[in-house]
Amino acid sequence: MAAAATGDPVSRRPGTARTVLSADDITRIVSRMAHQILEKTTGGAGVVLLGIPTRGVPLAHRLVRRVHAVEGVDLPVGSLDPTMYRDDLRLRGVRPLEVTEIPEGGVDGKVVILVDDVLFSGRTVRAALDALAAYGRPRAVQLAVLVDRGHRELPIRADYVGKNMPTSRRELVAVRLREVDDVDGVLILPPAAAPTSADEQTGRDHA
Amino acid sequence: MNRHLLSTEDLGRDDALLILDTAERMARVAEASVRKLPTLRGRTVVNLFFEDSTRTRTSFEVAAKRLSADVINFSARGSSVSKGESLKDTAQTLEAMGADAVVCRHGASGAPHRLASWVRGSVVNAGDGTHEHPTQALLDAFTMRRRLGRIEGLRVTIVGDVLHSRVARSNVWLLATLGASVTVVAPPTLLPLGVSSWPVEVSYNLDAVLPKSDVVMMLRVQRERMSAAFFPTEREYSRRYGLDVDRAANLPEHALVMHPGPMVRGMEIASQVADSARSTVVEQVANGVSVRMAVLYLLLGGSGEVS
Repeated sequence: MAAAATGDPVSRRPGTARTVLSADDITRIVSRMAHQILEKTTGGAGVVLLGIPTRGVPLAHRLVRRVHAVEGVDLPVGSLDPTMYRDDLRLRGVRPLEVTEIPEGGVDGKVVILVDDVLFSGRTVRAALDALAAYGRPRAVQLAVLVDRGHRELPIRADYVGKNMPTSRRELVAVRLREVDDVDGVLILPPAAAPTSADEQTGRDHA
Repeated sequence: MNRHLLSTEDLGRDDALLILDTAERMARVAEASVRKLPTLRGRTVVNLFFEDSTRTRTSFEVAAKRLSADVINFSARGSSVSKGESLKDTAQTLEAMGADAVVCRHGASGAPHRLASWVRGSVVNAGDGTHEHPTQALLDAFTMRRRLGRIEGLRVTIVGDVLHSRVARSNVWLLATLGASVTVVAPPTLLPLGVSSWPVEVSYNLDAVLPKSDVVMMLRVQRERMSAAFFPTEREYSRRYGLDVDRAANLPEHALVMHPGPMVRGMEIASQVADSARSTVVEQVANGVSVRMAVLYLLLGGSGEVS
């Protein structure tokens, strides 16, 4: 019952990872997504960004910085941990909890944009929607993801997609961000030697 | 972490910090407008209390309910226990009812350990005899960390009836694990024989220790556990070991005054001190719910296997 093992899948299988997005690619994508958010929300009126830990949080902060650079507005940004709302808690060892930080002003009547790194089964987003409801009633909820790798198991789609990335269910998509991993990049890792279920394969809670 | 939480003596540093960090997250839940989580839906927590305790039982009950667990309160009075049922029979009954966790308070030291060997679910010790009360120590540590920012290096003074206090024992072990230095202050008659083997300093002079304390924890004099005269009069005890206004003035500016409750005002602690800004008595109650939520989540929130 110690902290969940979030082993580094890249170092575990050296030499077999395929880089699909470079650091520069990520910078351009974040910039484009920031513009799309401004366009779709007419200048970011009433928008609050909430990153889903771990890597959704630095992504949300990057989007907010880009939005500031483009339009000069400061959007409230925070984090939302969906762990305690997951439907698969009993399927593995206990998961460590992450930080939930709702920005001042709350979410009531706001347009909340949930930000995550990878959209996969959609189960994390489902849990995040439930978690969000505990903090108030937003006017609308949107979803921004850096990578959409397909294989949805729930009727959920993203409003802002950095990159659509067709993958095999058994492959593993690893997003690396400077703030967490010291480098930027998105890698696709080949199927693990012993096939496991889609959920376990991601190693992290990318659903 | 182990399947059970029976004592802080065998609780490792990593597990203790994991509980405190998890409790920090749980405390944030109390700030949400909906303070209920679906996390332990379908799990059953049994409060098995052989001793009276309104505050601890209620705290566990609130914690379990905030996590959506079903709670069954099973108290010794008015149950078959008063008809002579043994602990083992009670355990088997709870087992048959499908208890995922049993929160146990018992007058006999070691009773929760025995219980743990009889049930499939997790056992949480909510106080056994004069042995341990681990969640109290965890909530005390949590309170210190929230108020003072750290535990490592803190000078903690525990004052009073150490002999009968499971709170003192649990705190001594946990604080040693987390790197605080502990001094116990008590009349010689209220110190246990084995205190020399504890990781603590011993003093009989409260006034000398107070100016060097970051935290002073006052213990209740447990009249109900005393079968002999441990000190001449209450007045004398209070004069030498009670925290009155003049004594509290000798504490450093930042120092905290803690009490696990229930307090005997005017005996071990003066009312003005108990209600002062440095007192954490009320916070400790709120923090107790967060810490117990953390413990229940860590014991019941996963598949039960180490991930």
